[in-house]
Order: sequence, then structure tokens, then C-alpha cells
Amino acid sequence: MSVLRRKHGSARWLALITWLYVIWSLAPVLVAVRISFNSGKSRSSLQSPSFRWYWGDPTSSVWHDESLHTALFNTLQLAALCMLIATPLGVAMAIGLHRWRSKVSTGANGLMLVPIVTPEIVFGVALFLVFTELYSGVPSGMPRQLIGHITFTMSFVVVIVRGRLVAIGDQYEEAARDLGATRLQAIRLVLLPLLAPAIFASVMVVFATSVDDFVISSFLTTGASTDTVPIKIYSGARGSSTPALNALATVMLCFTLLAVALAAWAMRRMSRRGGEDVGTAGGLAGLSG
Amino acid sequence: MTAAITTAGPRRRTRFWAAFAVPGVGWLIAFFVVSVYAVMAVAFGTIDPVLRTAVPAWNPLQWDFGAMSDVLDRVFGGDLGVVFVRTFRFVALSLAGCILIGYPVAYYVARKAGKRRGLLLVLLVLPFWISYLMRMLAWTNLLQLDGIVNDVLQFLHLQDEPHNWLDGNWYTVVFGLTYGYLPFFILPLYSTLERIDGRLIEAGRDLGASSMQTFFRITLPLSVPGLMAASVITILPMFGDYYTNTYLTSGSPKTEMVGNQIESYLLGTSQPQTGASLVLVLMAFLFVLMAYYLYTTLRQQRMAER
Repeated sequence: MSVLRRKHGSARWLALITWLYVIWSLAPVLVAVRISFNSGKSRSSLQSPSFRWYWGDPTSSVWHDESLHTALFNTLQLAALCMLIATPLGVAMAIGLHRWRSKVSTGANGLMLVPIVTPEIVFGVALFLVFTELYSGVPSGMPRQLIGHITFTMSFVVVIVRGRLVAIGDQYEEAARDLGATRLQAIRLVLLPLLAPAIFASVMVVFATSVDDFVISSFLTTGASTDTVPIKIYSGARGSSTPALNALATVMLCFTLLAVALAAWAMRRMSRRGGEDVGTAGGLAGLSG
Repeated sequence: MTAAITTAGPRRRTRFWAAFAVPGVGWLIAFFVVSVYAVMAVAFGTIDPVLRTAVPAWNPLQWDFGAMSDVLDRVFGGDLGVVFVRTFRFVALSLAGCILIGYPVAYYVARKAGKRRGLLLVLLVLPFWISYLMRMLAWTNLLQLDGIVNDVLQFLHLQDEPHNWLDGNWYTVVFGLTYGYLPFFILPLYSTLERIDGRLIEAGRDLGASSMQTFFRITLPLSVPGLMAASVITILPMFGDYYTNTYLTSGSPKTEMVGNQIESYLLGTSQPQTGASLVLVLMAFLFVLMAYYLYTTLRQQRMAER
């Protein structure tokens, strides 16, 4: 404790830098949200508040402009399907790789990590080319985007769940086996409940990654009907756009925060037993080494 | 392993666990490995003389390296070289920005924040849940000619006339990249700094080192692995970035990065062979970083499981 007190001077500077950073990182987004409530067309200054760009404007509000709410539905649908497919695939793969020890599994393990370090543009180009040149039977648009998102997010699930598997250890499952459970029963009744927090964390990460993805979606889009929210925000900046773009981004932000809050709440309920802190931060930090 | 698990016989057991991994591994092979191979097949393939479309060469024995050698000529000394150098410069400057801002922040939250740590951690993670492009959209709002940034600067008399920030300036791009990737930089660094054994720092202090000395001789060296991980995890996506600069400069060619070239060859001018070759060149440049990340992660995994 005495160490802390002696260091007060430098700690104060660090605190200042940290709080300035936090304000700098979040305040612009708050301004963007506030601009979405502008009553006029200005995207740069604050005007009197209204819901014009949400539903008030009869042509270009999020509610009335078809391309905008299509993008919103596309993004949510893509993220939901991606969650439903990537999570089970990733969880099963994590359990398998954790127990299965052989040369093949070492290779599979290395392979699983490569997508995490592959720049998104490589992903986008590779998927774009494989679908045009080889898997041309896969319907273009949403199915291709979905496959891309699953391929991109699955490894995150594996990494998060594997970290948790290592922390749990093998003893619970062995105890279940000693007490007469079959291997599948031991997984279903013992391992999966213990993994629940990690699975929830993965679901959140998959959702956020899918919703946020711009490169893969844009390489595989076929036009307005398969554009996602990030594509809309990106292409909107070039033309003479309105605060409707801000409104669209704000609606998307609300959905994401709601999903995160729900998952965090569910996670807390499920891991009430101990003081285990396997929150999102833990999951994300584990992800990046 | 206990007797119960070993009774099933090693081969059946292996097959049982392998069955769990098979769907995921199969998926990655079908859509990741084959996709990357498709990039090679297109890059080393030929062009249909009539339709001008790519004819991929799936058989490595038929690979043709003509397009690749053209691209390499342009990268080393040609027009593409300029773009590569510019990309390097942008990434290096942005990484420097990330370290200068990110290190003190991660250090403070991990080791000095005390009661506020929980709150600060939530605030540090929050940008993860905000769409990257929304965060960029926010800056295009703020940096407009009649935007808030110019208002504030003029109010403080730091400039007389509004400055056009979004007019293809390199500093706006570096600023945007730093802002965009800082959250991804801070978290891995935070988790390393947080795990440093406090007793080592106390021992340094007790043995008479000043707080500066303990930082430079104990904390900083122990945080190097985290610093490396954080740098790699931000450099890799930054190199492939083409939307941040395009978005913040309305697509000015003055700030074009490698990613812009790749994107326009594939989606704009339909020269997939050149685009695919450029992707391979980019991957070759980034290979060392990717390998470093894989190596350290696999080693950590092995240590954790031992």
C-alpha cells in the first residue's frame, strides 16, 4: 500500500490519460447518436431534436426508406443464422480438439487459428473467388455471405471455449464417468453446463463480429437487396447523405447493446454458483492472446 | 486419465473425440483452405482471350507465373511500390499512436485503477460492441467543414478558418486508423499487464529502485509479450484495411492503400488475376507476423494444458 501512495504523482497522470482516452473513444459516438435526432439535414451540427430520420420523414427515414430497413433486416438475419451455425460447430470442434491428441489434431488446431490472423481483405477475396470459380452452385447473396461469416467467426468460438475447457480440467467429466455416465451423458449433463458462460460469451462475440463485418459482406453482396448496415454506412458517406445514416447506425447499436446485455444477464444467472469471472472481457482478452 | 475413460480402448476413444472436431475442421477446409487455394489458382492461372475472365489453374503443374512477375515488378520499383510504402507508413504511424496512447491506458487500468477498474474495463470493452463503421461515421460528422472539431479549434483560436480534414490528408487516415484499432490493441496488453505478479514490482521497490526504475526494469520487460501480441493483432487487419482511409478521405487517391488496389482490381475493373496476385504478395509480407502469432498461441496452449 505504501508503494501506491508514493506513486501518487505518476498515477494521477495515468488516470488523466486514461479518462481522456475513454472520453475520446466514446464521445464521438454519442455525438453521432445525437445527430441522428436532428430535425434538419445537417450531419455536422446539432439541431433541434426530432424523430424525423427514424420514422418522421416520408421518404428517407429508416422506417420509410426500403433500402435502409432491408439492410437492417439483412444484418440481423445474417448474424442470427451465423450464431446458430457457427456456435455449435465451434463448441463441438473445441471439445474434440481438446481431447483428441494426435498429429492430425495438432494440424487441425493450427488450422483453426489461421482465420483469426488472416486480414479480412484476404478472406473477402478468397471467398469471392472460390464462389465465382468453384462453388458457383451456392446461390449468390445471403447464402454466400452467411457461409463467409460462419467461416470467419467459428475460430473465435473454438478459442473461447477451449480456454474454458482448460480452466475446467478433466476431473468433473471423469467423476461423471466413474459414476456410470456414458461419454455423451457426461458431455451433456456435466461439461455443457460448465461451458455455458463460455458459450454465451462466444455467442456474443459471433453476433458482434457478424454485425460489424463489412469486408466479407461487401465482397459477396449482389446489390441493394443483400446490403448490410455497414455497407450502407460505407456507401452512404460518398453521396449527399442525411442523418438517416446515423439513425440506422443508432438502431443497429441498440440491437447490439440489447443482445450483449441479455447475454450478460443470462451468463450471470447461469454462473451464480461461484465467483467466477468469465465475462466478455475475459473471453475477448483470451482471444487476443 | 482415470480407468473409466481408458476402458473404451484408445482407438475408439480417439474416433469418438475426432468425430466432434470433424464438422468444424471439414468446414474450415472446404471454405477456408480451398478458398485460399482458389486465390492461388486464379493468380497463377490464365485469362480467357475472348471474355477477359479468369481461367483458374487448379493443377499446380500448369501454374503460370507471368501475371505474378508483372505484379512483383510493379511492387518493387513500380507504381504499386508507392502504394505499399504508403501502407507501411500509415500502419507504422498508427501503431506508434496505439502504443503511445494504449500502453499508459492499459497499464493504468490493469495496475493502478483500484476500485474503478471494473467500470473502466467496461468502458474499454464498449467500443467492441459499436460497429467500426459507425465509429468512423461519427468522425466524418465531427470533421466536416462546419463540424464540431473546426468549431472548437476556431473557438480556441487555434485556427482562423475551418480546415478541410476530409480532403485526402494522410494525418486524418493515421488518426482514423489509430482511433479505430486502439480498443483491439489495449485489451491483449491489459490482460498481460494484469497478470504480472505484483510481488516482483514490490520486491524491486523494496530493494531501493525508484518507481521509474521498477517500471523500466521489471514491468516493461514483463509486458513485452503482451505488447507484441497487441501489435500483431492490430497490424494484420490494418494492412488489409481499405475502408478507413476511403471513408475518411472520400476515396482520395492520395491516401490509397494496398487494400484499395486489391478491391478495385476485383470488384472495380475486373482484373481478378492481378488482384489475386496482389493478395498473395500481401500475405507473403504478413507471413512472419502470422507465423509469430500462431507460434506463440500454440505454445501458450501447450503450457496451459500441461
